[in-house]
Amino acid sequence: MSEHIVPVKVYVSIFLALMVGTAVTVLAAFQDFPGALNVIVAMTIAVVKATLVVLYFMHVRYSARLIWVIVASALFWMGILFALTFSDYWTRGWL
Amino acid sequence: METFVPPVPSRINYINAQYGLKSWLLTKDHKRIALLYLGSISFFFFIGGLYAMAIRLELLTPQADLLQSTTYNKVFTQHGIIMVFFFLIPSIPATLGNFLVPMMIGAKDLAFPRINLLSWYIYMLGGIVTIYALLAGGVDTGWTFYTPFSTTFSNSYVVATGLGIFINGFSSILTGLNFIVTIHTMRAPGMTWFRLPLFIWAHYATSLIMILGTPVIAITILLLAFERVAHIGIFDPAVGGDPVLFQHLFWFYSHPAVYIMVLPGMGIISELIANFSRKNIFGYSFVAFSSLAIAVFGFLVWGHHLFVASQSVYAGMIFSFLSFAVAIPSAIKVFNWTATLYKASISYDTPMLYALGFIGLFTIGGMTGLFLAALAVDVHLSDTYFVVAHFHYIMVGGTLLAYLGGLHYWWPKITGRMYPEGWGRFSALVVFIGFNLTFLPQFILGYMGMPRRYHVYPAEFQVLHVLSTAGASILGVGLLIPLFYLMWSMRYGKVAPGNPWHLPGLEWRTQSPPPTENFDYTPVVTWEAYEFAPPEETEVVGKFHDKVPEKA
Repeated sequence: MSEHIVPVKVYVSIFLALMVGTAVTVLAAFQDFPGALNVIVAMTIAVVKATLVVLYFMHVRYSARLIWVIVASALFWMGILFALTFSDYWTRGWL
Repeated sequence: METFVPPVPSRINYINAQYGLKSWLLTKDHKRIALLYLGSISFFFFIGGLYAMAIRLELLTPQADLLQSTTYNKVFTQHGIIMVFFFLIPSIPATLGNFLVPMMIGAKDLAFPRINLLSWYIYMLGGIVTIYALLAGGVDTGWTFYTPFSTTFSNSYVVATGLGIFINGFSSILTGLNFIVTIHTMRAPGMTWFRLPLFIWAHYATSLIMILGTPVIAITILLLAFERVAHIGIFDPAVGGDPVLFQHLFWFYSHPAVYIMVLPGMGIISELIANFSRKNIFGYSFVAFSSLAIAVFGFLVWGHHLFVASQSVYAGMIFSFLSFAVAIPSAIKVFNWTATLYKASISYDTPMLYALGFIGLFTIGGMTGLFLAALAVDVHLSDTYFVVAHFHYIMVGGTLLAYLGGLHYWWPKITGRMYPEGWGRFSALVVFIGFNLTFLPQFILGYMGMPRRYHVYPAEFQVLHVLSTAGASILGVGLLIPLFYLMWSMRYGKVAPGNPWHLPGLEWRTQSPPPTENFDYTPVVTWEAYEFAPPEETEVVGKFHDKVPEKA
């Protein structure tokens, strides 16, 4: 297996992007958005940051398809956790 | 000309290849690491057993005479934590799995020997932190750490204990990772997926759960610690949290963890049933795939722990249905084992006695699980001794019996010595009787309304509690007997040949104990799993260990 060499510049720019993301998270935390938007904004920033970490710091972007399958199955399992937990929270008011 | 030289115990093997403490503490040999684990889990089993004794002694009388309420809370909590996280979860995979996964597939070691050793050190570190927490003052939340008690009200060492479990989880993840990579990449030539022993399929399925589930309990414990220390609102409703969310996250791991405990046991039972029946297992692929089905379905049922915890009725219905569904692959296994026994040439050696005990007890444990998966019945039985009896039938009647059966079965391979058969059968019988006497009365107690985690109870429950304590004493004796004779046999037992049971599996085609590299040559597999030679040829099968098999 050949290792992909990532230039240091990429790591630095990803790091800076994550720092910006953190700053935006803090700024957004002091704004009161209407309705459920608070959660949506915070989660969006978090997901973007996590994606950057997974793709670049964890080298998934440069990895074999098998690694992508592993990542997909992990996300699928997280989907199970979310879906069945929400099957409780979203239906509590039905009865 | 090729001559047959019978192996002699003085041959270099993994035990006498090197001497000294350093050679053990820095070993990368999966077999030695398995023995390190064997020693450490036995230690934790002993500690957990002492707590069990304290519980049963206290419950002899309806009053609180031996332990105060706060002490009793700590004793049952610590019994659960030690037994679940430090004995049952690593028990079979880290000892017998570690020893046998490479041997059964014809590999020299696991894929990552250093990571394997690291997993033991992580396990020990987690264990030491937990023991520290217990000595410092203990923990009283129940092994389930339910919020808000654990985050807000408990004055015991919740964070320290949680940290121990958090650390320990990584050893589990590393073991699972090692098994998966090993099974994918290191099978001997000719060892196709459908020639794998069912023990390997079971460990593959278990490893999937370890990798997919354990990170969730790690995060859950961290959130619990953050909430307890920094009062952030995740589980505390006063600051916007939800205590039931903890139960969702906790059981997302901890229910599949039950399958981490029992699936390797099922793998052992498949080996024992086929090999002591001298017959190919009935429906090999069904038994193999049912392990994967249990691993997958096991992740979809956790909500049955929340039926009376304010979970919505609709979620309850979904989880109830899915819980019934997970019984199907388990039932496939039980029926296929039973069908294998039909018209078989069964020998009732000690491992087989444990295997037959497993089938009966696991069936009772599984069927009572269906009572609890039924929404309406669970309202009555939830948090009673019925639940306690149910999961002990799975964990003790299932996992522990399989573990003991497997330990006896592979003991000659591990140590190069036979255990005393008479004592083995006797103690298997004592364990079976003691176990049933301990836990059958608890089903009745639970049905009558005895809640779990209480030590003061109405006088009319006393007879059943006395029966249960009597059974626990017998069970304790039944577990101490093997401890003594197995240690005795390491020095004085009859020297075991390479293949004492005359079986075709790869682990039996090398000397006992195996050399450090497991095999003197890379085995080439040309036979199917559980392919038994006709009786007149079994002697030949018994001698496979010293020459390359041409064709089984």
